[in-house]
Amino acid sequence: MATRRWFLTTSGAATLALASSPSMAQPAAETPPLPTEHVDLTINGRPYALDLDPRTTLLDALREHLGFTGSKKGCDQGQCGACTIIVNGQRINSCLALAVMHDGDDITTIEGLAEEGVLHPMQAAFVRHDGFQCGYCTPGQICSAVALLSEHREGWPSYATADVATAPALTNAEIAERMSGNICRCSAYPNIVAAIREVAGEGSQ
Amino acid sequence: MNPFRYERASDVASACASAARPAAKFIAGGTNLVDLMKLQIEAPAQLVDITRLPLDRIEETADGGLRIGALVSNSAAAADMRVRRRYPLLAQAILAGASTQLRNKATTGGNMLQRTRCPYFYDTTKPCNKRVPGSGCAALEGFNRMNAVLGVSDNCIAAHPSDMAVAMTALDAVVETIAPNGSTRAIPIDELYRPPGDTPHIETVLEPGELIGSVLLPPPPAGRQIYRKVRDRASFAFALVSVAAILDLDGERVRAARITFGGLSYKPWRSAEAEAALVGAPATRAAFDAAGTAALKDARGYGHNDFKIPLARRTLRATLTQAAGLA
Repeated sequence: MATRRWFLTTSGAATLALASSPSMAQPAAETPPLPTEHVDLTINGRPYALDLDPRTTLLDALREHLGFTGSKKGCDQGQCGACTIIVNGQRINSCLALAVMHDGDDITTIEGLAEEGVLHPMQAAFVRHDGFQCGYCTPGQICSAVALLSEHREGWPSYATADVATAPALTNAEIAERMSGNICRCSAYPNIVAAIREVAGEGSQ
Repeated sequence: MNPFRYERASDVASACASAARPAAKFIAGGTNLVDLMKLQIEAPAQLVDITRLPLDRIEETADGGLRIGALVSNSAAAADMRVRRRYPLLAQAILAGASTQLRNKATTGGNMLQRTRCPYFYDTTKPCNKRVPGSGCAALEGFNRMNAVLGVSDNCIAAHPSDMAVAMTALDAVVETIAPNGSTRAIPIDELYRPPGDTPHIETVLEPGELIGSVLLPPPPAGRQIYRKVRDRASFAFALVSVAAILDLDGERVRAARITFGGLSYKPWRSAEAEAALVGAPATRAAFDAAGTAALKDARGYGHNDFKIPLARRTLRATLTQAAGLA
């Protein structure tokens, strides 16, 4: 946490001009340099200004350009959920989002959940229920779970909901369906579900 | 990813004009296009970002239907109480697809236009007429378990991956578009997709720069609506077979039926044969099986996907049994 606060206080509102990861780019001799795009983002309540190659994903902008390495790159194709962040209140796969398309957006990453050194209730529940082993998927799992609760409060149905016109209780089956975009290779699923149930305030079922 | 020019469209007319240029593409949710660009299967020179256009509303129509803006996210459509009450089939189908993270980004228009997940379309070391026209089809003799059994050709046996579009086809949805010259047209969703024939790289009837603005849902038809999806795992997997069924009973007989299959063809496969077999028939297992036989009579398997033909018949029977209240 000290490291995170140090980073925020020293780099907030900084303007960075960095190129995108060059791994798949054409050699410079063949392709004239393209203009960068200016992107303003609010991340965990602080403003950031960037000039980015338009190919830069939101995940790479966070990790490689701003040092928010909590969000993880797993599959980099939207299948594992390790890169899940919350944008304008909704969870998304940041690996499939172009940062330039999110100019002006309000982003919450795992680094933004704890307040004043006190864990977010979902983080605390994951610790209490041992909702992880290696921990690589955990930031995405927790961001996903936090958004899940707000979706449920708004009455969103899921494929596990027998009657989609109703707002269902968060049973284990509902949580499993709603968390299916987050893969845990260590298979900590039972404990993840238990942590989410506890924070949701639902009884065991 | 190849370099591209980025343009944020501020109005529909300029978006269409920009996207009509060679090698330009619209981008909205990007959940499919960005993935394909990373793999260099798609390599647009210009991306036209349409996410700021005012196409994100769900509106009532005068006759009791709904008009869903092309930029309405899959999550927003499935959470809308008008959709959930009047078109539960559509909410179910949308919720059967992908994950919440993807549905939060994916749009109504983009979902319809997503590309196939045929493994050879994705494998750039293998021939694929859809990816590289004229290169051949590796799926014909390959691992074709997920591929189509109806309406395809020996040039391409790719299946359309959408769940949402299967429900929309059963609901007689109409795709409303805007062309670069400002003209608009209304395309029944069943006519949106082009059969692969010998040009499987041309997937829809949309012209360059033609933008989907909205999808019109006519008033819901009478009858019980059910979407049933069969897949390799319980969630977050593409369909092996899915069925969108709307079954209207008059006592113990079928008054009207709408049947659309997913996972079987290059498009959601509306089965006039199954519907004709059902109308007037008793709501019985035998009649449901007869409808399945009629629906699949022209189906052809390619080896690994032979199982889809009996699976589709059984899934139709199970769906209709549930819709008829017999299960």
